Amino acid sequence: MREYKPKDNVQAKAYYNDRFYVAPQLAKLDPNSDEIFGSDVSKLKANFEILEAYIQKDELVIFINYSKNVEVLKFLRDELNYSFLMEMSAVDFLAKRNGFEIFYEMLSLTKRKRIRVKTFLAKGLAIETVENLFRSANFAEREMFDMFGIQVNNHSFLKRIMMPDDWNGHPLLKTYPLQGDESAQWYEVDKIFGKEAREIIGPEIRDSARVDRYDTERFARLGHEVAKGTDISKSEPNTDNHQFQEKGGVFLVKNLNKSQKILTEQERRDR
Amino acid sequence: MAQHQVKFGTGLPVALTTVDKIVNWGRSNSLWVLTYGLACCGIEMMASGASRYDFDRFGTIFRASPRQAEVMVIAGTLTKKHAEFIRRLYDQMAEPKWVISMGSCANTGGMFNTYATVQGADRVIPVDLYLPGCAPRPETLQYAVMMLQKKIRREPANQNKNIPQKRFI
Ligand code: SF4
Repeated sequence: MREYKPKDNVQAKAYYNDRFYVAPQLAKLDPNSDEIFGSDVSKLKANFEILEAYIQKDELVIFINYSKNVEVLKFLRDELNYSFLMEMSAVDFLAKRNGFEIFYEMLSLTKRKRIRVKTFLAKGLAIETVENLFRSANFAEREMFDMFGIQVNNHSFLKRIMMPDDWNGHPLLKTYPLQGDESAQWYEVDKIFGKEAREIIGPEIRDSARVDRYDTERFARLGHEVAKGTDISKSEPNTDNHQFQEKGGVFLVKNLNKSQKILTEQERRDR
Repeated sequence: MAQHQVKFGTGLPVALTTVDKIVNWGRSNSLWVLTYGLACCGIEMMASGASRYDFDRFGTIFRASPRQAEVMVIAGTLTKKHAEFIRRLYDQMAEPKWVISMGSCANTGGMFNTYATVQGADRVIPVDLYLPGCAPRPETLQYAVMMLQKKIRREPANQNKNIPQKRFI
């Protein structure tokens, strides 16, 4: 099977076609406008190189160098009381900047503040694991590896977490087609029956609203059953009127009496 | 059991019938279901098994092992990663076996028109009954079970003859 190589560069394509469209952005405030964040940033700046810092929607955002991620997170945890790593993952910026933005969302319970640590990782580079600081990073980094193909150094068990191990490609890349490449579309057929079964089973029908009304080879309509392969495009027989059981009833089985089963509003409430 | 004659006299009642009918009657009234809740539809399947809708009335008891089950209710979204296991469990079930595909996801992939979802469980295992709905209510599953019972009663009891040796779907 050929590897999927998109010919149209989906990433470079303009997402919005409206000439006058301006993507909405939240206001970026100065970190010193908040007392706690202001002191946090000054303490961070004393120890590390902070590329950018601002407050967006009551949350401090700082940009750091990717090689310093473990030290910064350790400092935030031990010195500044950001004791939770809420989540971490990456954002695909391959087309615009040839790399990924990795973010760490952290929460301080004592300060009741959230902080987002961001770092840019060029394509092909690997990031150091923060698993030893926060256990939750173990799964999050595996997911990042699974979805973006970002290598994580010194991770204890870097293995795909969501997709099967023999999956091709990384689904959260912007170049990955939503409905899967060739290997994804035939994955279950190839794996269970082998490639030779592709012709028998046929390609996926992606239009779930498509119903072949006259297909009597594969389906029998309830109450209108005919022999397999009969042409029903002209007319259909009524085989029964949606009877729950056979007309004569079933031996020893209580017959369903629909009129008895309808409950009044009061009976329903009493149940 | 339409042809039976019951003699309510002094002794035991005697029923005369064909082997096919008695076997199918037994089978259709003791359908043991392999629990297969894969997503939200599974909740409705559990509700059907619980006391309010009470599947035990039909002789339908949920089993957690494919060896003890004859009906598989695929309740939920079948992912590509899982497709291999559903096939394996299906193969482990003893003949005769039936499959109910419950909900849009199992029927056609439903709203998950993506790389990770099998677009219809019938790509992997043969399906006897398709229940539409997202999610189908427990009544719908009961209806499906009753339709399956009807289907079983109509089939020849010795089905294995009709099954081709090599079948993909
Ligand atoms: S059909 Fe609807 S309710 Fe059932 S598993 Fe799919 S999304 Fe959930």
